[in-house]
Amino acid sequence: MPQVKLISRFFEIENSHQLSVYEQNGGYSAARRVATEHWAPEKIIDTVKASSLRGLGGAGFPTGVKWGFVPRDHEGPRYLVVNADESEPGTFKDRHVMLNAPHLLLEGAIIAALSIDAKDVYIYIRGEYWEAFRVLERAIEEAGQAGYLGQNVFGSGHTVKVHLHRGAGAYICGEETALLSSLEGFKGWPKLKPPFPALKGLFSMPTIINNVETLSYVPIVIEKGPEYFASLGIERNGGARLFGVSGHVNRPGVYELTLGSPMRELIYEHAGGIRQGRQLKAVIPGGSSCPVLTAGEADKVNLDFDSLAGIGSMLGSGGLIVMDETTDMVNVLCRICKFYSFESCGQCTPCREGTGWMTRIMERIVSGRGRSRDLDDLLEIAGMIFGNTICPLGDAAALPVTSFINKFRDEFEARVSNGSVAAASSPLNAEEL
Amino acid sequence: MSGKEKTTVKAVIDGRQCEFPQGITILEAAKSVGIEIPHYCYHPGLSIAGACRMCLVEIEKIPKLQISCYMTVGDGMVIHTDNERVRRARKAMLEFHLVNHPLDCPVCDQAGECGLQIYYMTHGNYLSRLKENKVKKTKKAVQIGQHVMLDQERCILCSRCVRFCQEISKSNELGIFQRGDREEIDVFPGTQLNNPYSANVVDICPVGALLDKDFRFKTRVWYLESAESICPRCSRGCNIEVHYNLAKPWKNEGRRLARLKPRYNSEVNDWWMCDEGRYCFKFVDEEDRIEEPLIRTESTVRKTSYKEALELAAEGLRSIAAATDKEIAVLISPRAANEELYLLKRVFSDQLPGTRLVFSSATPFEPTEDEILRKKDKNPNTKGAGLIGLSPDSADVWQLSDLKDAILAGEIGALYVCYHDIPGLPEELSAGWAGAVERIGLVIYQGTNHCATSEKAQIVLPAAAFAEREGTVTNFQGRVQIQRRAFAPLCEVLPGWEIMQSLGAALGGSYAFGSAEEVFAELAENELAFAGLSYEIIGSSGCVANGAKV
Repeated sequence: MPQVKLISRFFEIENSHQLSVYEQNGGYSAARRVATEHWAPEKIIDTVKASSLRGLGGAGFPTGVKWGFVPRDHEGPRYLVVNADESEPGTFKDRHVMLNAPHLLLEGAIIAALSIDAKDVYIYIRGEYWEAFRVLERAIEEAGQAGYLGQNVFGSGHTVKVHLHRGAGAYICGEETALLSSLEGFKGWPKLKPPFPALKGLFSMPTIINNVETLSYVPIVIEKGPEYFASLGIERNGGARLFGVSGHVNRPGVYELTLGSPMRELIYEHAGGIRQGRQLKAVIPGGSSCPVLTAGEADKVNLDFDSLAGIGSMLGSGGLIVMDETTDMVNVLCRICKFYSFESCGQCTPCREGTGWMTRIMERIVSGRGRSRDLDDLLEIAGMIFGNTICPLGDAAALPVTSFINKFRDEFEARVSNGSVAAASSPLNAEEL
Repeated sequence: MSGKEKTTVKAVIDGRQCEFPQGITILEAAKSVGIEIPHYCYHPGLSIAGACRMCLVEIEKIPKLQISCYMTVGDGMVIHTDNERVRRARKAMLEFHLVNHPLDCPVCDQAGECGLQIYYMTHGNYLSRLKENKVKKTKKAVQIGQHVMLDQERCILCSRCVRFCQEISKSNELGIFQRGDREEIDVFPGTQLNNPYSANVVDICPVGALLDKDFRFKTRVWYLESAESICPRCSRGCNIEVHYNLAKPWKNEGRRLARLKPRYNSEVNDWWMCDEGRYCFKFVDEEDRIEEPLIRTESTVRKTSYKEALELAAEGLRSIAAATDKEIAVLISPRAANEELYLLKRVFSDQLPGTRLVFSSATPFEPTEDEILRKKDKNPNTKGAGLIGLSPDSADVWQLSDLKDAILAGEIGALYVCYHDIPGLPEELSAGWAGAVERIGLVIYQGTNHCATSEKAQIVLPAAAFAEREGTVTNFQGRVQIQRRAFAPLCEVLPGWEIMQSLGAALGGSYAFGSAEEVFAELAENELAFAGLSYEIIGSSGCVANGAKV
């Protein structure tokens, strides 16, 4: 299947981040229609439901269904929050969207805000994305001057104000309730659920939190019709999404494919295949927290939510990390463990203590002082964390450990018994990832 | 009572079909049927953190284990708090808590009452497989406030102390800094943990991370015994436990009373007490305790027996009573228990009718007050004195100023002072008193510790401190509460009620009370306000006196 050009067409248009260029390419017509024709919230939500658009931040929850959770009879403000805290290792699609099509995101945000009657939209952007921050800041200014944001959007009488907020660099703030805590001015700690944000979110008001890419598809869904979007993919996995491919491929980058496309095609056709003609060894399919796939699994699986769930992994954020035969899986896992223990917010015990413990064991193994019992200990510790934490970070830290050790056990066994011999010959420095 | 229907839910906990009020958490519901679910971060007086994950339970039809401190009981729920899966999870959580804990129990003051030790024995009991180094934390044994020592490496980051400072003391001194396993509890830069309730964080800290500077290293907690009591420091009457050490008398410089701890009472103090109350006990074992009755002449002071002292007192008082131009005055203190006050009233009206009763609630303490616990009146029993008819609300009871005028006019021939030390009070209250006291021919002082008044008194009668005797006090709400005797008085020292009884006998009366409880029984019969009360009815949590009910 070829690439589709829904969001990604803007990647190829020069100066597509400017309002005039965006409008010359049909921009803001969907939001204008929804606002000036005064679409009822139900109509917007039903349209998005029909498109089968799912949350593309990683969880894959149906977007229209989520919007429908906001209570209609709520008195007081409701909020739309845009999660632009893209921090999952291997994931960089949202950055491309914000750099190249900031107005597409804003247009989607306007439509989503209208669907839940939110007058304020908060965009929480990753602190390190200073360039995207500048671009978005400018785009918000332009859209405001054009009358597309603010008190009277498109002259419709609706109010949609957009506030841009920079995070301070904590991975955990990409978790939606931690993001809300941070936005409220508190330490970025996830909150206990229930209540879910749709009922009690930002400042205790009903809140919808959507990923950048998810919202960017909304104008396209309205413009081209939900049936068209849904028809792009396969059953229950409608539409397309952006895949970020990184690692040992010849052409790393962001590629837009319909859901259900073969992973093989993405790696070997669009991303140009494995570098230097080497063999594929493993793929992390959707950001570093998703269970790793062996080359055999990657060759057969299709890129949709259900197919990946079917083989015990996840489509996640669509960030593929491709690893060739020279990759030292022990080093890779050690690096991943370091990341999660560094980023664990420390609120709940299993994640706070477990991620650090696993990291220190992995570091010991990498340094050649592994014990034969370490691998089973690691599996057990990962199991002790999994499912027992407040937020999904604990699971995100546990899943790589379980999948790496189970699928590449021989390599780990060899390292534990041979010590640091293997470490010296590793061509891939784990710090590269 | 109609209108509000009481709704309940039915659930099965560990195979037992139970009925619970709607909205109750699984942890509290289980507790109510005698099932203890282990927990660190949960505290019934604080918001739910859900952080320690010790209280995970299995609920049928819910795939993941759930934290029972947060999850409410739903109708038809089937809950397992002690099956294999839950026990395994609990053990796992405990192991996580200990990954970075220093295990320095032998030098830790919390040892013996530490949540980690207790749960290790009941839910852990595994062999350590930890080979890794522990994360180094910044502060070990650092004083973070007047009363509290912080040890970050022992901390399990349950956040109870942080929540206490946010939600109860509302002073926000503590925060959690850093991230992941580098996290540390600390005071915010430039602040100290010096709120009036600071030491409560020591009580709620489940481990040895926050320790009481005053109690630290004084004695091991397993040598301590405990008695239920009431804080004597203000009219709130916080329910407390008196922790004392008799087993190892060489510890803690021979002090018997080791510490006071708050005791839960939802009507009075919840789980808390203020620092003023917590550290008010020092006088009990202080060097300046009066240990024997004293008789003072112009040139000499000599120790004597109660018998001789009381006979001398009775003689002196009778001679003043016989005089036509002099009066006897008794300065009553609301520090005394109801039993003592009742007997005082009875003995003096029986034996020395016409005695001038004077009441004062003056104390040397700063009249601090807030919305949390502290009350301006720093006496434990002002309300009780009033209900017995000994406060200035009663027409024939004088105030302090009346007494002073009478002394200066030369009308007072004998003054019996209970606990008060007016000359020792701050200047604005004590002005002129030292001279005034010297003008009285006979001053009898009854109290616990030496003071300016006892130094002047001709007869000094030592009295037992609150922890050395039994008695009831009535707090500002009219709640009658019992101070149990923790340990015997020093030497031959008598409780206040017994002194009054003996004085009554020396004056020619006949009183035969065998205990404070017996005095209270008569008090309840004779004083309408206390009608129907008994020690049994008052119990551990107190009972509002009928006379105090509005």
